[in-house]
Amino acid sequence: MESGQTEGKTAEEQPVFIEAVGLIKRFAEVTAVDGVSFAVQRGELFGFLGPNGAGKTTTINILTGLARPDAGEVRVGGLDCSGNPKAAQHLVGVVPDESNLYPELSGFDNLCFCGALYGMRKDERRARARELLETFGLQEAGKRKFAGYSRGMKRRLTIAAGIIHNPAVLFLDEPTTGIDVASARHIRQLIANLHRAGTTIFLTTHYIEEAERLCERVAFIVRGKIVGVDTVANLLQPVRAEHVMEVSGVGLDPAFSGILASAFPLFAFQSLAEGTIRIVSPEPISIGPLVRFLEDRGIELREARLVHLSLEDVFVRVTGIESHAMTKEKERMAREA
Amino acid sequence: MRQWIAFWNILLKDLRAYYLKPPNISWGLLFPLLWTAMFFIRSGRGLESVHSLLPGLVTISVMFGATSLLAVSVTFEKKSRSFERLLLAPVPLELLMLAKTAGAILFGIANGFLPLLLAMFVADLSDVMWLTLVPAIVAIAVVSTFQGLFIAVAVSEAFEAQTFSNFFRFPMIFLCGLFLPVASLPIFLRPVSYLLPLTYGVDILHGAINGRNTMPFSLDFPVIGLYGVVLFYFSLKGINRKWIT
Repeated sequence: MESGQTEGKTAEEQPVFIEAVGLIKRFAEVTAVDGVSFAVQRGELFGFLGPNGAGKTTTINILTGLARPDAGEVRVGGLDCSGNPKAAQHLVGVVPDESNLYPELSGFDNLCFCGALYGMRKDERRARARELLETFGLQEAGKRKFAGYSRGMKRRLTIAAGIIHNPAVLFLDEPTTGIDVASARHIRQLIANLHRAGTTIFLTTHYIEEAERLCERVAFIVRGKIVGVDTVANLLQPVRAEHVMEVSGVGLDPAFSGILASAFPLFAFQSLAEGTIRIVSPEPISIGPLVRFLEDRGIELREARLVHLSLEDVFVRVTGIESHAMTKEKERMAREA
Repeated sequence: MRQWIAFWNILLKDLRAYYLKPPNISWGLLFPLLWTAMFFIRSGRGLESVHSLLPGLVTISVMFGATSLLAVSVTFEKKSRSFERLLLAPVPLELLMLAKTAGAILFGIANGFLPLLLAMFVADLSDVMWLTLVPAIVAIAVVSTFQGLFIAVAVSEAFEAQTFSNFFRFPMIFLCGLFLPVASLPIFLRPVSYLLPLTYGVDILHGAINGRNTMPFSLDFPVIGLYGVVLFYFSLKGINRKWIT
């Protein structure tokens, strides 16, 4: 048994595959990770969501052995990595937020080199590299230098490099940021396939829709602290029970939220953009009385539409951060990089 | 075994990516050739001067060959984050860095043999103590490489690595007894000279080529070895402190 493994179980037998308890990481005056605790089950696809600087990448670095926590405990595959960051690296595959393969090597050679880093023999890594190039739709580009790849191809090859050694757990840091829609779709499909094949996946993303579609459980992290963690279904349950409608009209200024609230006490009103009000109700919303009320006050209604709340709305409620602002900021940074 | 597969492939990758690239091969050849020509012409003593010039030429060739590329390549890989790939591999940091430096050591050794190869055509080297000379060249290559690694860990930009390397290399050339015997240096500079690892390497080369060593080999070899160990140890400490934050 490898040192530190719990209850005599091998890595493959650990029911909780990643465990973080009270992780703290400080950089000078800034506390990047502040008492983070969570557990990821074996075979689970776990999402870690938060804005830039929330502590996502620092947490991944701690879990993968690229950083040491100032306090707290980390176990991966039952191995205690708190004092020895390298303890579980043979179980781990990492796809960083920036493609960091070797520009001077071809796609095939990059994969073979990454396989060699995990001790794979020549025949084994060459066969696996060919298989992955095919799976990731990169057979044609396999002989070309990585430097000449498009951004989407680079991401796909970086993911392939992360799984060349068939890791038990894969850490994916923002895998679809800054790439075209088709590549992003392809990557999401590949992630779903890996999950179906039984790989434990730890995914950080700022695309909340992506997390909603792929993940079984998610944690929201803001300013280094986890502010919510649950299954996607449980997180969505309260908002799915709500009925939401957005009404737009000429003259529908923010002051109308208060007027409407006193006239319709069962509903909650929230002014969105200029001329749009969101109505939230525990019961189905009857549009007739509302329309009459607004028209009597000279409001020319343009549109009324039912809204289906998503994980993004849950995120905004829990964290107070508008997710589209988070996405724009991340995409701007990806473009600049 | 698995870790040695990683070691061998890191070494091969670096040799292909950095050291065996045409510009580096030509630079590696050109540099020792130019040093040789420059000092040969400057000495003005014809073929008789070959023996006295060889220790200096070999040392400079090894030192520049071993330090130049490593400091820059490691800094570059750190900057482009491809170095993280190595840090994520399940290989002990010591072995990882030995693999990373092995290419530079080999390149330094190959550079060091060029002046010797040239000298073989123009001078009689039958009295050279090869069994002392070859380990000395290896020792100088190792200590120079680890010095390059130490510099790479200390800086964050490739241009800083070059500047910082020269800050060490050039004073060392003049103070280590390469062209001026340490005994003829001003008295206040002599202690500095004995603090430099190259002083001991050069002393072995003087002894192996001309029989004119000033210290016993039994002191030179352990001291240069100790410098190698200390530089490697502090480089690893630096990597642990700065790169595995």
